[in-house]
Amino acid sequence: MTEPTHLTLSQARDALKARTLSSTELTQAHIDAIDRAGALNCFITKTPELALDCAKESDARIARGAAGPLEGLPLGIKDLYCTKGVRTTAASRILDDFTPTYESTVSANLWRDGALMLGKLNLDEFAMGSSNETSAFGPVVSPWRRKGANGIDDAKIVPGGSSGGSSAAVAAHLCLGATATDTGGSIRQPAAFTGTVGVKPTYGRCSRWGVVAFASSLDQAGPITRTVRDAAIMLRSMAGHDPKDTTSVDAPVPDYEAAIGASVKGRRIGVPKEYRLEGLSPEIAALWDQGVAWLKDAGAEIVEISLPHTRHALPAYYIIAPAEASSNLARYDGVRYGLREKGRDITDMYEKTRAKGFGAEVRRRVMIGTYVLSAGYYDAYYVRAQKIRSLIKRDFDLAFAGGVDAVLTPATPSPAFALGEKGSSDPVEMYLNDVFTVTVNMAGLPGLALPAGLSGNGLPLALQLIGRPFEEETLFALAAALEQAAPKIKLPAAWWS
Amino acid sequence: MSVDSAVVRRIAHLSRIAVEDEEVERLRGELNAILAFVEELDAVDVSGVEPLTSVLPMKMKKRADVVTDGGIADDILVNAPEREDHFFVVPKVVE
Repeated sequence: MTEPTHLTLSQARDALKARTLSSTELTQAHIDAIDRAGALNCFITKTPELALDCAKESDARIARGAAGPLEGLPLGIKDLYCTKGVRTTAASRILDDFTPTYESTVSANLWRDGALMLGKLNLDEFAMGSSNETSAFGPVVSPWRRKGANGIDDAKIVPGGSSGGSSAAVAAHLCLGATATDTGGSIRQPAAFTGTVGVKPTYGRCSRWGVVAFASSLDQAGPITRTVRDAAIMLRSMAGHDPKDTTSVDAPVPDYEAAIGASVKGRRIGVPKEYRLEGLSPEIAALWDQGVAWLKDAGAEIVEISLPHTRHALPAYYIIAPAEASSNLARYDGVRYGLREKGRDITDMYEKTRAKGFGAEVRRRVMIGTYVLSAGYYDAYYVRAQKIRSLIKRDFDLAFAGGVDAVLTPATPSPAFALGEKGSSDPVEMYLNDVFTVTVNMAGLPGLALPAGLSGNGLPLALQLIGRPFEEETLFALAAALEQAAPKIKLPAAWWS
Repeated sequence: MSVDSAVVRRIAHLSRIAVEDEEVERLRGELNAILAFVEELDAVDVSGVEPLTSVLPMKMKKRADVVTDGGIADDILVNAPEREDHFFVVPKVVE
């Protein structure tokens, strides 16, 4: 029999249903794998006892024919989702031992459908980063290794960010799937770096209630999994209307899995010429051309489109996201929860608490956000950026009005890099990782990243599909066709265990 | 636009983040790198463009103005760094 951790989420689901495997066996196999993978630093908090208790209950429900759609399946939860009775850190020192007395809506939806939690996954602090190096709990290491001139290099590779614990844990078979969040690329970029599938749904598709806020007009929850089908299964449970989030959309959730294998014949795929950036690496350009060819072979029609404001998306994002973050993070004041540093008066207490509790990247973004919202700069920076956001959205609206069903682009401008290799002297160098993903958040659209090949140095490369609002099903159908056509990439042997 | 060290200190104070003297120079460089990166937006023609306030054409939902939750003071205080009965304790604010 296949090692239980080597099943996909859908295979594990079917094995549990057929009673050839129990949830207790499946969960224990993952707990053992997690215990052997300490070198990857994927988990901030492990919850093995809780997981085994839930597995036992799932086995009982399966035995009496009362199983939910995700019954008994062990998942990882990004430590940005509040989990009742389980410490939630956002990978920040400032939350200290914060233990929520409530459950986020999205994780509650997963538990409602029978899934169980293995633990809380590492991330960039407050989801601000593209390499998982800003975590107060240390960086996550990718299970991937790159090839050097003398064979496999032992340099530690980043798993992407901010959902780096999620992407690395899924890639290394430590969980069947994981929750993640995406504000500018934080699901799709780490999925791209680790050869996994990541979906950022349409803004409003998943409730944001109980997820630690970064930039509320951009944040969206979604899954990271090893296959397109698995992502479809997870998203169906995660999505849905929630009266506690006024931006959550009251629309029925389709059976996304039914879209897997649907014909893509006659679908019109837009290829935006502005994404062919000056200096785009030849291997990324070749991967993109290959993706176009695969969709053509599957019967799709390819059309060149223009998204003229693309190049302004990342700079505008670095005004809007920090502005919203500076406001959202004002709540960490040492009064109601989290860390408190003593001060001579209340202002001194706030300032010392926030200086000690926030890491360097978070402090930088809160300060930039404060600056662009401050008197005299608000119109020049913030309002202008929001106008540019309108232009970015209009670009997509026009492309879709012209009959395009989805857009195909590369997911990242490069494969993963080694720890410490980028952004240490100039923060902007790290920000450029999100150049292909950030437009999607600015326009509120659904986006999906999936593995499509390996780079010259043996690391995963990914394509991105962008869809019309609430047409995730189209993305799943197209992604399944690409997944079918793309070569299967193989993770190096488990060097970490 | 770029910031000098006086502006860095002012932003830090508005952000309620203490900065040591030796951090100011480094922060000035980092903040100016970000401001230089966003400078290209000045050249974009935004005349007649409305700022985006919602990515989806949706009306802000409003619920009935009634109490739907409450009576959970213990839950709310359980993570407080310092508390007394059902109160958060802070340093003296008014002399």
